Amino acid sequence: MPSIEAVNLTKQYGAFTALSSLNLKIEGAKCVGFLGPNGSGKTTTLKMFTDLIRPTKGEALINGVNVHTEKKKALAAVGTLIETPEIYASLTPREALSMIAEIRGVPIKERKKQVQDVVAEVHMEEWIDKRVGKFSKGMKQRICIASALLGNPSIILLDEPTTGLDPRGMSEVRDIIKSLKGKNRLIFMSSHILSEVSDVCDEVAMIDHGKLIVYDTLSNVTAKFSGGNNVVEVGLARSVDNIIVTQNIATLPSVVKAEKTDDKNVKIIFNGGLDVQERLLNDIIKLNIGVISYKAASSELEEVYLKLITATL
Amino acid sequence: MTQTNFESKNTVPSSMAQVGTVMKYTLLDYLRSRRFFIMLIITALISVLLTVLVGYYRPDAFLASELGFYNGWWGNTVTFVVVLSAIFFGGDAISGEFQNKTGYFGVPNPIRRSSIYVGKWLAAFIASGVILGIFTAVTVGNGLYYFSGVPYQFAESLLFALFYMVAVLGFTFFFSSLFKSSSMSILVTAILFLFVFALLNELIVALVHIEPWFLINYGANIIGNVLISPYPPHSTTTTGIGFRGQPTTTTTFYATIPEGLAIMAIYFVVTAIIGLIFFERKEFN
Repeated sequence: MPSIEAVNLTKQYGAFTALSSLNLKIEGAKCVGFLGPNGSGKTTTLKMFTDLIRPTKGEALINGVNVHTEKKKALAAVGTLIETPEIYASLTPREALSMIAEIRGVPIKERKKQVQDVVAEVHMEEWIDKRVGKFSKGMKQRICIASALLGNPSIILLDEPTTGLDPRGMSEVRDIIKSLKGKNRLIFMSSHILSEVSDVCDEVAMIDHGKLIVYDTLSNVTAKFSGGNNVVEVGLARSVDNIIVTQNIATLPSVVKAEKTDDKNVKIIFNGGLDVQERLLNDIIKLNIGVISYKAASSELEEVYLKLITATL
Repeated sequence: MTQTNFESKNTVPSSMAQVGTVMKYTLLDYLRSRRFFIMLIITALISVLLTVLVGYYRPDAFLASELGFYNGWWGNTVTFVVVLSAIFFGGDAISGEFQNKTGYFGVPNPIRRSSIYVGKWLAAFIASGVILGIFTAVTVGNGLYYFSGVPYQFAESLLFALFYMVAVLGFTFFFSSLFKSSSMSILVTAILFLFVFALLNELIVALVHIEPWFLINYGANIIGNVLISPYPPHSTTTTGIGFRGQPTTTTTFYATIPEGLAIMAIYFVVTAIIGLIFFERKEFN
């Protein structure tokens, strides 16, 4: 079973503590979202798990192996994407990815196909033999995501993987991560985008000012720290009467509160998850009030985040 | 802490094999880079300039003897070609990993940093070697045009030039590891090799009158000296009347071949090891 573990993991820069005695053990095939404000220590943690920086104290263990004393063994089954890496400008994606495949020990007869497969996975096939120097930031990010998939790693460490991608790219990366979850992998992913974490992760770890605040399943965290409320905004084609809002919408099952934000928009606070949200949409449509849009305004995870993370740098 | 023994299906290659991988792809990057073509152009310009000048003016210093030709052509120029190549290919080899963030692509993989360092060093050595090879070919071509053969001393000189390249690349990698800024590491290395060492050599000999055995360019003088027959010993010349009627004495020092090789070897070993230690400890902040 793949695992990563931080044991009293600490990083200090002089008097500044970037990460303070982090103890966190994640095992099994799952996707864990790593949340925290800017400067909270997310990237610092991931960098210590990938030998980019050294811990001041403590250990970063992957499958029980210390990254800093046995790096080759520890990272043998790990795919990584930390910050936004650059690739040697004169190389093509095929060459750059072949280099990583060789370093990871992908067998020579599988190498070519694996490189083509991961490039296809990030939809960069037509660029596979073009030099990376001409690529946009988003295109390079896709190639770096492809490199994290090489060698079928059992653990994937991702630091804000959708950074620099356009909306389609972000959506595609989320789909890739979701598909990886089904392939018996442990994915540890830092992100600022709460909806992204809600969408793809099974568990969530939150840190703030270098300290772990909470680590649990998404459902446990939301159940424990939020009132279980979600918010949707409903856009209407025509003005809606207050009576409909207060008597018809507010009284629908699971609705906690409904209020008009202006003539053609209604904010609904409801209790429940995606299944309730789906049913609520059906119920509102049945009211025949001219629904033209229906979107989540905030989530339980956002509520928890704002409750636990009180201040940012 | 118990190990869970989760094994990947892939077998991570040996560090030596990974050195080869890094070398192969870094070399590919170098050979396609703009800096390689610039270095080719500089080498071509030097070669054309020498060819035209010697061909047109036919100076005695070059054409009086076979060894004199190689000493004048090669002995005076090759160290410049070596230093420039090493700066071009080694100057930012390590600092670029930090400044350009290419390190974020390669380092977080099952590979020792030392394998990356050595692989990049070998790539820089081969790329510089290609440039030196071109300059050697032009030199030999011209030598064969004016004389019937190539003296064995030239082969020795070529070997010493390669040895000097090893030492200079050790030094450039040291500075490249020291700084996170590519321009800073290139600039410091260039200033040191193109100006500071030469200036120190002159000042130490002229003012302190001691053999500058601790300077790498003093050791590198064997590249040209081996093309002088017989090999020159230290010499002292007394010229004119100096201060208070005293004659002015000038000593010219010539490192022997073992001394020259030892100086270059020590420079390489010390700078390469310190550079590697810096790279091992440096953090990607």
